[in-house]
Amino acid sequence: MSVAKRIVIEPVTRVEGHGKVTILLDENGKVVQARLHIVEFRGFERFIQGRPFWEVPVLVQRLCGICPVSHHLAAAKAMDRVVGGEKLTPTAEKMRRLMHYGQIYQSHALHFFHLSSPDLLFGFDADVGIRNVIGVAGKYPDLAVQAVMMRKYGQEIIKATAGKKIHGTGAIPGGINKNLSLAERDGLLKEVEQQIAWSKGAVKIAKDYTVENLTKLAPFGSFDSNHLSLVRSDGAMDLYDGNLRAIDAQGKVILDQVDCQKYLDFIAEEVRDWSYMKFPFIRSLGPDKGWYRVGPLARLNTATFIDTPLAEAARKEFVAVTSGKPNNVTMAYHWARMIELLHAMEKMQALLNDKDLQGKDLVVKGQRREVGIGLLEAPRGTLFHHYVVDKNDMIVAANLIVSTTNNNEPMNRAVAKVARDHLQGVEITEALLNHVEVAIRAYDPCLSCATHALGQMPLMLAVVDHRGQVLDEKSRG
Amino acid sequence: MSAQDAAKLSFTIDGKEVKAEPGQTILQAAALAGIYIPHLCAMKGLSPWGSCRVCTVLVNGKPQAACTMPVAEGMIVENDTAELKDLRSSIVEMLFVEGNHFCMFCEKSGNCELQAMGYRLGMLQPRHDYMFPTRQVDASHPDVMLDHNRCILCARCIRASKELDGKNVFQFIHRGAHKRIGVDAAGGAGGTNLAVTDKAAEACPVGCIVKKRVGFAVPIGQRLYDTKPIGSHIEAGRAAKE
Repeated sequence: MSVAKRIVIEPVTRVEGHGKVTILLDENGKVVQARLHIVEFRGFERFIQGRPFWEVPVLVQRLCGICPVSHHLAAAKAMDRVVGGEKLTPTAEKMRRLMHYGQIYQSHALHFFHLSSPDLLFGFDADVGIRNVIGVAGKYPDLAVQAVMMRKYGQEIIKATAGKKIHGTGAIPGGINKNLSLAERDGLLKEVEQQIAWSKGAVKIAKDYTVENLTKLAPFGSFDSNHLSLVRSDGAMDLYDGNLRAIDAQGKVILDQVDCQKYLDFIAEEVRDWSYMKFPFIRSLGPDKGWYRVGPLARLNTATFIDTPLAEAARKEFVAVTSGKPNNVTMAYHWARMIELLHAMEKMQALLNDKDLQGKDLVVKGQRREVGIGLLEAPRGTLFHHYVVDKNDMIVAANLIVSTTNNNEPMNRAVAKVARDHLQGVEITEALLNHVEVAIRAYDPCLSCATHALGQMPLMLAVVDHRGQVLDEKSRG
Repeated sequence: MSAQDAAKLSFTIDGKEVKAEPGQTILQAAALAGIYIPHLCAMKGLSPWGSCRVCTVLVNGKPQAACTMPVAEGMIVENDTAELKDLRSSIVEMLFVEGNHFCMFCEKSGNCELQAMGYRLGMLQPRHDYMFPTRQVDASHPDVMLDHNRCILCARCIRASKELDGKNVFQFIHRGAHKRIGVDAAGGAGGTNLAVTDKAAEACPVGCIVKKRVGFAVPIGQRLYDTKPIGSHIEAGRAAKE
């Protein structure tokens, strides 16, 4: 490959963690390749080795400050298997679900309103001086307040179930350490109607924006891809539990009802030397064709239906746009995300009215196992936690495939597509910078949890001319 | 004055008169009088030890460990002063930097006396650099885990095993900066006669010696120091009833 010029965009703003984008050009200034570099090193899989298994759900949630609940619950689900307590009591499962829906709710609200709405409300090319959350608060004060109050509600749900808004301790191996008191329930129920109304409004904003701008959005960072998520045994969307389903860009089923405990038979990870983040793929299709998307868009595509009425009605409108076929439009992530936000709120409403949450039977234990695997649908997509525990209760091996890792290849594709469409000559314009960031943000504003590969070469920068001569080379790590 | 009171000694703590039995330590007499003197290595039911020095008070102007110093008639004790608070905080800070105390995922969090002491003394950030020592975890016992990362060498486990359990499970090994708790079996705690029901398994003020598989069972908000600082029960006058 002959490369005449490298264009590096860093840091990517309004993305949690640090991303770095490299666009490789040939001697004619054409985009050869785009890479979203992950240069952070986390190392959780290594340093939890030698720690006791019951500590892991609390420890690994420190991967992230936005979606700690996802890691907390995925690890707890894995440890349920270790203690033989995977058949939770109704109180434990419903408390965990409530915690998870609270997490989905606050995270989706954050993602949409705080991080992405400036792009949608002001346009991708608007001045960065106003294209931010403060700008939104200035021009759309009601929306800004609503965004804060929605996020707060999700955080209050988390506090009531996990003890703290961030980094709580609710889920323990085989169950939960508290139920929901009547006082907690009543406080949360008071706001339910308002939150449902706001969620419906959020779906409308995302839908109207997507439909009105579909001509412009449809090609933006878009490409055909496979889609993967958990679904319930009847095919319904299930964000907390279920089996794996994968479909291709046309909707053909690749995998269905795959037991999470057997994920390694179906999913593999490829390592590339320029990133800490691995590249997962479906084994039967190989790394070139087996990569897939996860997250709200994938979940809307894979689910047969949604089991809450308002979100199901919204889903039908969503699939109607693509005549029932999978939606491969990158910017449709936002609409899908808001449908899930509404679904989570409907689920929370049902759970808060469920008397099982005041039950006292909180923990179960059974046959001890050496291996624990826990999957769930985190806000940004399917999350895999896999642990091996020795006879002394210590972790000896761990593998985490986080949502952002699952979306690694798609994000690179999105950036490459945007670069090909928007790069004029070799000059980096403000518009190009913005468009690349908008494409990344559609997937995932969170990169910090996704880096975990071991190695001494986290990032290699090389400038190579069109004859293949290395003009400059830098490495870090 | 009753005959009982006549047999008692009288001294002052921060100007307040305190009655005490001969042979009591300042720490014991203060607790019975509803006065909290911060302490870590001292534990009710165990012999005085005097190693952590968190209970340092001024006795007639001289620094002394309240947990080992017997009361004497007329002594003037200073406890609640800014200078002593700073001294105690500096000791707690040294304990924090000398081990690997990661409260954020420690199962003892909320029930930990070291953590609670840090809060009580208003510790924000240690004034010393963290040492990040390499320490081991001994998980060989089926029901008890020893995480040496969190040990503060208070010797409560040593004393509890010997004095309350009639065993000799724990003992100090090595010296100076390498000093740590050892067990009387080559293969770790699993080879000892330590039982999960032993007092020694409950005596640890930090998360070093913990019962296995029960961590995080108490929700946030219901843990020992979630709502009241360490020492509150003494200040509420409950020490005399324990």
